[in-house]
Amino acid sequence: MQLTVKEVQNWFEKFTDKIKENKGYLSDLDTPIGDGDHGNNMARGVAAYEASFEQKQPETISETFQVFSMAMISKVGGASGPLYGSALMNMVKETKGIDTIDAYEQLGEIVAQGLAGIKKRGKTEFEDKTMVDVWEPVTQALKAGSLDKDQIEKAKEHTKGLIAKKGRASYLGERSKGHIDPGAASSALFFDALVEVIQ
Amino acid sequence: MKKIINKTDDIIEEMLRGLVASYPHLVHRVEDSRVVAKNQEKKQVALVSGGGSGHEPSHAGFVGDGMLSAAVAGDVFTSPTPDQIQIAMKEADQGEGVLLIVKNYTGDNLNFEMAQEMAEMEDIHSEIVVVDDDIAVEDSEFTAGKRGVAGTVLVHKILGDAARAGASLDELKKRGDDVVKKIKTIGLALRAATVPEVGKPGFELAEDEIEYGVGIHGEAGYRREKIQPSKELAKELTTKILADYEEQPKKVGVLVNGMGGTPLMEQFIFMNDVLNLLKEQNIAVTFHKVGNYMTSLDMEGVSLTLIDLADETLKEALESEVTTISW
Repeated sequence: MQLTVKEVQNWFEKFTDKIKENKGYLSDLDTPIGDGDHGNNMARGVAAYEASFEQKQPETISETFQVFSMAMISKVGGASGPLYGSALMNMVKETKGIDTIDAYEQLGEIVAQGLAGIKKRGKTEFEDKTMVDVWEPVTQALKAGSLDKDQIEKAKEHTKGLIAKKGRASYLGERSKGHIDPGAASSALFFDALVEVIQ
Repeated sequence: MKKIINKTDDIIEEMLRGLVASYPHLVHRVEDSRVVAKNQEKKQVALVSGGGSGHEPSHAGFVGDGMLSAAVAGDVFTSPTPDQIQIAMKEADQGEGVLLIVKNYTGDNLNFEMAQEMAEMEDIHSEIVVVDDDIAVEDSEFTAGKRGVAGTVLVHKILGDAARAGASLDELKKRGDDVVKKIKTIGLALRAATVPEVGKPGFELAEDEIEYGVGIHGEAGYRREKIQPSKELAKELTTKILADYEEQPKKVGVLVNGMGGTPLMEQFIFMNDVLNLLKEQNIAVTFHKVGNYMTSLDMEGVSLTLIDLADETLKEALESEVTTISW
């Protein structure tokens, strides 16, 4: 595998399309356990990324992450904005001065830094029923040398059986069970888009 | 969904324009932002608050002399973003520092903390007071703490008074943390709010059902049951709040807050019942407030907030004159 700035931008373009397509689905997931706006919020973020991309195309991988990060932080709001923003910001630092990502292991390390950003900002652990539940297994898969959509889907589905410990869903306690976490679902789209670019 | 709006994308912008144009003598809009700030500034620690839109008159309604220096509006039920909060902090700061008053929701905490870090880089010093007055939710390892709801308005008032009197940033932080512990709230809903972008109610309640303990975005409460007379509703909420105090207070302030879709007539009936219950328990009520302060769009329902007023200075702070749109 090899990702240049072109593939990374392709990754975010695909993610943008997926968010737009799944806006209703993500908000519906958020309705029983949140306030039903995760799709709308994420859509605002990717639209902002598109707008800044059109204005000035970033030239490096790091710069691309930077533009994406700022779009999420300044437009998404809620918890998702700062969590995606913090993840991407760490990935900016990890890719400074790099022209290409040449191995799964290296990509895994970059995503691991993103995961560390989410955990730190959100004070979140694995199985709190958040986006971490997708980012963590994805990181492990990448470091082990592969990533496919089945693994991502499994990680996302796993959140269904968990009791939420963070965010508005946590106020439901036991009743948060039986629902996929919306942040895990948007993160699954994020990594689905990555898989499509790698292949 | 029937609402007096234009495009859902334009809701916040058009609301802010209407608000500022209606009260130009009190507040102004910081250009290209979602920040509403007070007109006259005197040298004091700046108080900045904000949160999702849909809770009007919170938070811009409390900007003015003796309360907030600036308020930031997020999207509907969504926390404002750090860059917007930072704009508010810059506008409000007069070199004495900024106190951020934040309701305890994950999104609000994360965005205000990020804003704080960004402001620090520009040498704006700040502290955060997190309000978590909603006792419907237990503070356990399985929740993100208790929620911050209508009691926040009382925090704005009390700290606003102290800031105007010249309290330092550290003093305000300390007073804020202390006051929050004295404030307890629970809400109840008859009908859920409809977020304009979503177009349907956030949850379903049968025609004759109510839910105790809902949050201000329609988060689930602790019990559903058939609607009862106001007296019974008041009894449930009052008893629960009083039981949550370690020691039953002797003097309290009462805030009956409408959620947006409940007429004042019903709020006064509910207040009457609460006051009777407190009288039965020999608890003196030395401060009263009824009306829509921390709403939840068009949700039908009310919340009850009690504040322990053993400390006389708190009552004085709540009663001092202010110049705001909605206090």
